[in-house]
Amino acid sequence: MQNMGSMMDSAIDAPDIRDYDVEPVNRKETRPPLYAPRKRIHPRRAYGFFRTFKWWVMAVTLGIYYITPWLRWDRGPGAPDQAVLVDIPGRRFYFFFIEIWPQEFYYIAGLLIMAGLGLFLVTSVVGRAWCGYTCPQTVWTDLFIWVERFVEGDRSARIRLDKEPMSASKAMKRMTKYVAWLAIAMGTGGAWVFYFADAPTLLHDLATLQAPTVAYATVGVLTFTTFTLGGFMREQVCTYMCPWPRIQAAMMDEESLTVTYRADRGEPRRPFEKNADWTRRGDCIDCKACVVVCPQGIDIRDGQQLECITCALCIDACDDVMSKIGRPRGLIDYDSVANDQRRREGKETRLRLLRPRTLFYFALWSLIGLGMLYVLLTRADLDINVIHDRNPLYTTLSDGALRNGYTFKILNKAREQRTLTLHAVGLPGARLKVVGSEDMGDSPDPYFTVKPDRLQSFRLLVTVPPGTLKSDAADLRFVLREINTGQTAAYNSLFRGPGR
Amino acid sequence: MSDQGKSHGRHVDEFSGVETTGHEWDGIRELDNPLPRWWQWIFWACVIWSIGYWVVYPAWPLVSTHTKGMFGYSSRGDVAKAIETANAGMAGQLERIRKAPLEQIRTEASLREFALAGGRSAFAVNCTQCHGSGAQGFKGFPNLNDDEWIWGGTVDAIAYTITHGVRNTEDEQARASDMPAFGRDQILTKAQISDVAEYVMALSGSGPGGQPAVRGQAIFAENCAACHGPAGEGSAEFGAPALNNTIWLYGGDKATLVETITNSRRGVMPAWGRHLDAATVKQLAIYVHSLGGGK
Repeated sequence: MQNMGSMMDSAIDAPDIRDYDVEPVNRKETRPPLYAPRKRIHPRRAYGFFRTFKWWVMAVTLGIYYITPWLRWDRGPGAPDQAVLVDIPGRRFYFFFIEIWPQEFYYIAGLLIMAGLGLFLVTSVVGRAWCGYTCPQTVWTDLFIWVERFVEGDRSARIRLDKEPMSASKAMKRMTKYVAWLAIAMGTGGAWVFYFADAPTLLHDLATLQAPTVAYATVGVLTFTTFTLGGFMREQVCTYMCPWPRIQAAMMDEESLTVTYRADRGEPRRPFEKNADWTRRGDCIDCKACVVVCPQGIDIRDGQQLECITCALCIDACDDVMSKIGRPRGLIDYDSVANDQRRREGKETRLRLLRPRTLFYFALWSLIGLGMLYVLLTRADLDINVIHDRNPLYTTLSDGALRNGYTFKILNKAREQRTLTLHAVGLPGARLKVVGSEDMGDSPDPYFTVKPDRLQSFRLLVTVPPGTLKSDAADLRFVLREINTGQTAAYNSLFRGPGR
Repeated sequence: MSDQGKSHGRHVDEFSGVETTGHEWDGIRELDNPLPRWWQWIFWACVIWSIGYWVVYPAWPLVSTHTKGMFGYSSRGDVAKAIETANAGMAGQLERIRKAPLEQIRTEASLREFALAGGRSAFAVNCTQCHGSGAQGFKGFPNLNDDEWIWGGTVDAIAYTITHGVRNTEDEQARASDMPAFGRDQILTKAQISDVAEYVMALSGSGPGGQPAVRGQAIFAENCAACHGPAGEGSAEFGAPALNNTIWLYGGDKATLVETITNSRRGVMPAWGRHLDAATVKQLAIYVHSLGGGK
């Protein structure tokens, strides 16, 4: 092979030509392979405020996820009694006292927008709190690591076990771990399908192999993803698959709180010495307690980085060490970039939670929330849609009268039968006939009934006397009124004729 | 570096150390890098899957047929099964419609709703070609939305017309009217026809009236009133359309009227009773009657 350069820069005989000291970093012999195998992380258990807090968050979020489908809510006879139910064949979404029709999907859109803005708000205030505490990937990985630790022991025991040759006891431990993971994964997939059907019935059907194929397929897919993502892929999901680490930087600013190593206090780091003069050295004793607990496999002392999910376990680990060596806690703590700068400039540090950015996110979030609340509270359980016939646009009758045909749909969102009358406003002398109603006659106010919780279509014929229509079209407003309660719903349409 | 050029007889790229495919295009060679493992696994899994697929499902085309597969599946069979299921589901209602008189179907809600839906489908398949998708009609093909009926607008009259048709050769009971071709057969002169046309236009309020119409009135009374009525009110019994309104099958302008009187008109309609079953004809009658003009 050709020698690409000597070890040192040196002058050679020819003038103005130098031999450079340079290493071709991508030369064949030294180039790393395109595929780098994952280095397994064995996080050590942390103890402290944030670890306890995370256990609670895990209990609450998993509790909500697993228990919700089993809550009951009485809606009267003929309606499902599951508190939260996405009824796809019945085309209804039930959420406690709310019952949403497919036409009202904007509520879901609104909720998603609120969830998005809420995420922006939280991120701008306390950084990636979503990632660190509530993201399903984090919660399930935490649960899987807990199982792993329970079966195989803490970090050092796990590393030892990894290196051991296969034996009966190692195989036993591995099997126990995988079975426990699989049970959790199946429970996760299993809980998901209960949101889409009556939970007790579906559980019985699943157990007796009578459930629909799609239920088993869904449980299967979610079992597989939970098992692999929580058991094996773990931090790789956050680092390589998830888009959020790439986006979150746009929501954060220098005042956002995030898990930070206080380099001004910690550096220069040096191993612990007894009776050290702490004024001449940093507080960091380079014990790497923060690294050993990190589930993401990073060193927080390198500063903010994409891989950090701000789970705050390094804060617990460091605080523990600081207490033991008698130094103040908080060498690693929630802090902002701005405070770091302020300290450097000898200024007072401060917490600025109320900033234009956070206020803007909060205002937007509240605005959409209030709007949704208003729409939800004033939601009518009676609605009407009218479609004018396209062909023919109008019919001339033998006496010269004009007739228009309409299809009108009534949405009766109440769970009771209703008797309604329809009235047309705008054309004097207009007579209405509802084809297929009990009242078959031609009248100014036909009445008819609609069944409970139903969208019903009717055909309507409107006739006006000759000469009523002055041009080729006139506005016509249909007013639907419930006879008992006087509740109304209206729709603006047109009446068409040949023109003059 | 020359010894790096060949390995096991294949060309090896000197910079990457990777074998090339052996092809060369103007000195450019293609590296023969291995495929990603995950990709290869999926590829082989698909190959194995496809073999199983060939065995159980229809797969290979043969000269005049194809392999049927162990499951005996066919998508055409699925359709046939779906149609069978739908027919079985409708059988009960269709039987009731077959037995019930038309007036009962029209007034009983469950029968009516079923008949309207079935009638709409049957109309779309069999009737729209002439009467239009909205039953709005065309020149020579009546509009079924309005309230003028040449052969009567009761649900029974409509059912009769659908069953037997109009002036066809396949059904002896077909509706038939026989207006003379007054001009072609030289019953009336051109001037007389013009006068009658003027009078008919005056009847419907679209003509100016005047002397020609007055002359035409006398000719009308003699030649036309027997079927169309003394005041041009028409008669469903004879299949004579009303002439005193603004609804025209062929057109109400002077030229068209002259043409109609001169040569007569003979629209035809098939006898649908011979092509459709009784329940479908009944549903069609209910549907057409519901369009708005039913009496």
